[in-house]
Amino acid sequence: MYIIRQWSVTHSRKLEAVYYFFEPLFIWLFPLWRLIGRERVEKPMRLLEKAAKNLIFDCQMCGQCVLSSTGMSCPMNCPKSIRNGPCGGVRLNGYCEVKPEMRCVWVEAWRGSQKMKRSEAIQQVQLPVNFSYRGSSSWLRVAEKEYTRQKSEDAA
Amino acid sequence: MIVANQNPDAKPLVKKPGYVSAGRLEQVLKEGHFAITAELAPPDSALAEDVYERARVFDGYVDGMNATDGSGANCHMSSVAMCALLTSVGYSPVMQISCRDKNRIAIQGDVLGAAAMGVSNVLCLSGDGVQVGDHPEAKPVFDLDSMSLLETIRTMRDESKFLSGRAITTAPEIFLGAAENPSAPPVDYRPFRLAKKIAAGADFIQTQYIFDVPQLAQFMARVRDLGVLDKCFILAGVGPLASARTATWIRDNVPGINIPDEIISRLAGSENQKKEGQKICIELIQQIREIEGISGVHVMAYRQEEAVADIIKASGVLAGRQPWYPGCESAASA
Repeated sequence: MYIIRQWSVTHSRKLEAVYYFFEPLFIWLFPLWRLIGRERVEKPMRLLEKAAKNLIFDCQMCGQCVLSSTGMSCPMNCPKSIRNGPCGGVRLNGYCEVKPEMRCVWVEAWRGSQKMKRSEAIQQVQLPVNFSYRGSSSWLRVAEKEYTRQKSEDAA
Repeated sequence: MIVANQNPDAKPLVKKPGYVSAGRLEQVLKEGHFAITAELAPPDSALAEDVYERARVFDGYVDGMNATDGSGANCHMSSVAMCALLTSVGYSPVMQISCRDKNRIAIQGDVLGAAAMGVSNVLCLSGDGVQVGDHPEAKPVFDLDSMSLLETIRTMRDESKFLSGRAITTAPEIFLGAAENPSAPPVDYRPFRLAKKIAAGADFIQTQYIFDVPQLAQFMARVRDLGVLDKCFILAGVGPLASARTATWIRDNVPGINIPDEIISRLAGSENQKKEGQKICIELIQQIREIEGISGVHVMAYRQEEAVADIIKASGVLAGRQPWYPGCESAASA
């Protein structure tokens, strides 16, 4: 919902804290997800993630969430799906050129990012979205990736 | 098809050591000259001569012409095809790529094909939304955005591989460009976004129309503070306004363009508004040249292309230099 989406940007710092509280827990729990079965966990996880993030971010379930780098403003709500900053057509009042009734998601992203602890994360160049991940759980993917990375680091 | 302008005598361009491309734009900029580029309006026709006719009006005054890619989300001759025609007679155009109409498979293929035809410069754009053009019912693609497009072509050039990781046997030698708009919100973020584009691979930047010089100066000061100017050349976008009415229309209807009231009232108060618009453009070029870190201007003279030569001449920014054009070698020796 649009109003809640704006609230989320205003409270980006709190949401960031919540995210970084749960992230290690999720990674730590990865062996459990694996035990139950990655595929079996995928469906309930996807539904939970979709319900939560759709409500507070108007999440589009791209499957590779970058909210922590975009000031808690979902870039997939940009009509041009730009994941790397505002286009040149932002109206002088800060609204979208394509949807004049909506504030530019990147004007919002900048606002949100400036309140966050990791405010420099907005400077990371985001690689093209992987279309085959669409509709899947980003949380589970992050947990798997980070768990594997930490394991390989420990091994080294 | 008649190709009246065919020029087999144009000397092939050679990449110098330390350069990324063989193009003239990179050469002019790296030699420290004030560079001029201009927007070439694509024809709504299938006639090659229409492209050459439009290109000829800039002969001797520009270092590069931008072949636009469905600008304003309107349908025109494609930028790849225009560049094929232009490079065949020796021009060194800037090929624009918009992410709106093609996915990563099509774009990377176009980059290889363009480089094979002799295209040395590519400008990476996200592109206007389909809603503003003549086909609002079209499906917007936006598989990549301007930033990931820069990163993609940079990887193709420097690491000889596609986004998939598959090897490219001969890498495209491309001088990479991107756009920026210092006037559009969030204004505070714009210098950082420029730095991000440079990090993603931009070798040069062409900005949106600049009418507010102090705003550009402020933007440039912040970009300088970020310490990225030694890695990138900035060309400021300029163009003549046809009348006070046009200016007001642009300000109200083209998002992201900031035209100060003083310019509009100066146009409204003049007897010949078109001439006054050109005069303002000349003054803007002269003021912009004085800003530290500006390496050139990009002239977008929509429907006033024939005035570009006079505007450049009157501004004095070429300082006696004459950019290459087909036949200039024989003209010089004659």
